[in-house]
Amino acid sequence: MSELNFTIKGLKAKVQDKEILKGIDLQIKGGEVHAIMGPNGTGKSTLASVLMGHPAYEVTGGEVTLNGDSVLDMEVDERARAGMFLAMQYPSEITGVTNADFLRSAINARRGEGNEISLIKFIRQMEKAMQELEMDPQFMHRYLNEGFSGGEKKRNEILQMKMLEPKLCILDEIDSGLDIDALKVVAAGVNSMRSPERGFLIITHYQRLLNYIRPDYVHVMMQGRIVKSGGHELAERLEREGYDWVKEELGIEDETVGKEETFQMPMNTIAPKL
Amino acid sequence: MAIETALPASRDDIVSLAGLRQEPDWLTQLRLEALESASRLELPRLEKMRLDRWHIDSYGKYQPGRAVSSLEDMPAAVKELIGAASPGGLFIQRNSAEVYVSLNADIAEKGVILADLQKAAKEHGDLVRKHLFSVVRPDENRVTALHAALFTGGIFLYVPRNVELELPLQALLISDDKEASFSPHILLVADENSSVTVVEHITSVEGTSLVHNGVVEVVAKAGARLRYASVHNLGSGTTDLTYRRALLERDAKIEWIIGEMNRGDTMTETFSVLQGHGSSSDSKVITVGTGDQKLNLTTRAVHVGKSSESNMITRAVMRDHATAIINGITKIEKGATHANGEQTERVLMLSPTARGDANPMLLIDEDDVKAGHAASVGQVNKEQLYYMMSRGISRDEALKLLIYGFLEPTIKEIPLELLEKQLSELVERKLGHR
Repeated sequence: MSELNFTIKGLKAKVQDKEILKGIDLQIKGGEVHAIMGPNGTGKSTLASVLMGHPAYEVTGGEVTLNGDSVLDMEVDERARAGMFLAMQYPSEITGVTNADFLRSAINARRGEGNEISLIKFIRQMEKAMQELEMDPQFMHRYLNEGFSGGEKKRNEILQMKMLEPKLCILDEIDSGLDIDALKVVAAGVNSMRSPERGFLIITHYQRLLNYIRPDYVHVMMQGRIVKSGGHELAERLEREGYDWVKEELGIEDETVGKEETFQMPMNTIAPKL
Repeated sequence: MAIETALPASRDDIVSLAGLRQEPDWLTQLRLEALESASRLELPRLEKMRLDRWHIDSYGKYQPGRAVSSLEDMPAAVKELIGAASPGGLFIQRNSAEVYVSLNADIAEKGVILADLQKAAKEHGDLVRKHLFSVVRPDENRVTALHAALFTGGIFLYVPRNVELELPLQALLISDDKEASFSPHILLVADENSSVTVVEHITSVEGTSLVHNGVVEVVAKAGARLRYASVHNLGSGTTDLTYRRALLERDAKIEWIIGEMNRGDTMTETFSVLQGHGSSSDSKVITVGTGDQKLNLTTRAVHVGKSSESNMITRAVMRDHATAIINGITKIEKGATHANGEQTERVLMLSPTARGDANPMLLIDEDDVKAGHAASVGQVNKEQLYYMMSRGISRDEALKLLIYGFLEPTIKEIPLELLEKQLSELVERKLGHR
């Protein structure tokens, strides 16, 4: 695998006529762990969704490349097969599709026709990964995320990440809703995947996670932009002092993306283009 | 005012058929009375559908069929459908009355009766007469009346007190003669504390344009436990009018698992009468609507006994120009305290020209009860689609998984592996995946 080079230049995006991302610049190289922090409503999760290609968001400017290839030209599944992975904040529950079948379909989609993973190898790898993440092996036969607690869903995201071996891993608030023990297990899972060919973009609200997954770079997002970057000591200062000093330093009064939270139409009432 | 319409048969027809079949007098009488009712009664009134506009007049002619002593005598197509299943008992009916029955010796020894209903009316007359049409009455409407007058062949299953059968009993009813009438009656009597699983598959070949007017009656005595799985796979020319109904006494339980996979117009009702205290019913129904077919599917539970429980789930996938009216009716009568009735209707729309209505109804006449319903009609959930695609699964593959997954929880409940596989294939075919 070659060295990773994931570049975001001037990325702008909106949802339903409201601009959320106002020009994001970021570069992630293989072996690097970048953390994005910021108060609520600043566009952090939007960035994750836009990078993955969520249909609710419209890119209005900028470019994103993965090892030279334009990501924005790719469909969601193409981006995944190209090596991107997003561990979601609210993973979907899908009745009727088991966790095992789903994971195997995803692996085979990546491997391509004629090169499917053997069942035995798959089961062995999966059981090992589940053991490391302290997951009940029975979960594999349950429907995708159905009846899973928040913590279990997050662990399932990391499990999928381990099995799919992506090049760029985006973790969207992987620590929200986790107790300290679950957090340690998840962090250990992520750390075990750090390698020179892989990059991480960790979106977090709380600094706590970064005690366990030590970032190389920390960025602060406000008003849909990255307003400050630094090393781990930036995260420590934010933990001690909060975000006010950043706002003062930059003359920002309202760090959120807009005055009011516009009502988001629930996804399933928007007519799809099948 | 009842409309005078031509009936599919006359008194003379019935009398001569009675002679041909050597029917006991009481049965012939019943048929004649039913025929008379049919001329007076109206068709059942369907929500948002005009049953009188359906093709419901061609009942075909009764064909006696040969005597079949061995499975080998059956056509290859039939044998293929039976496959390598090894149930506890096997019942095959071809067309009007060609029947093959076999029952494992050890099961027969326990006093279990599995027989052609017409024969059983003679050989087990008292038992049959006591229960026949005790659950579905001929005078309910024109369709039930015509069924009582004209039913052909059918099954009588009796499970004695305390007999618990592990192996399922398998029934295959197939129409492959375009002229022959095909309206079987299935009568299942489970005596106290017995337990039995019945797996039924009703199918017809393409090119027939008959009415299948079928009735399934289940009498569940105190403590009896039943699982009844049914897959209907009738051709596009066949109209399916089917009433399934169970009468449950104290602590009796039934589980209905239904796959409505016809290609033609279909009206079915799956109904549990929770007569006895502590009785319970669980029904799961799936359907895929294709072409121009009209589907009117009703699941119903009436609570009379205290602490009775019902749960009904119907899931429909609608394609092409198909129309489905899915009704869920939970009725809790006064006196049925601590009853609990839940129902769910979910319709997945895959085509802008298809139509799906989910009509939940809770009719509650008692205070200290629990009842709930959930009904939804919608398209594929875009968040779920996005989630799957974000793992590298292509849009087409993700749609297939989602749609199939919508029906899968019911498919996997079919208690006979062979039929589960057949239902799975039927679903895939109707979804256009094979």
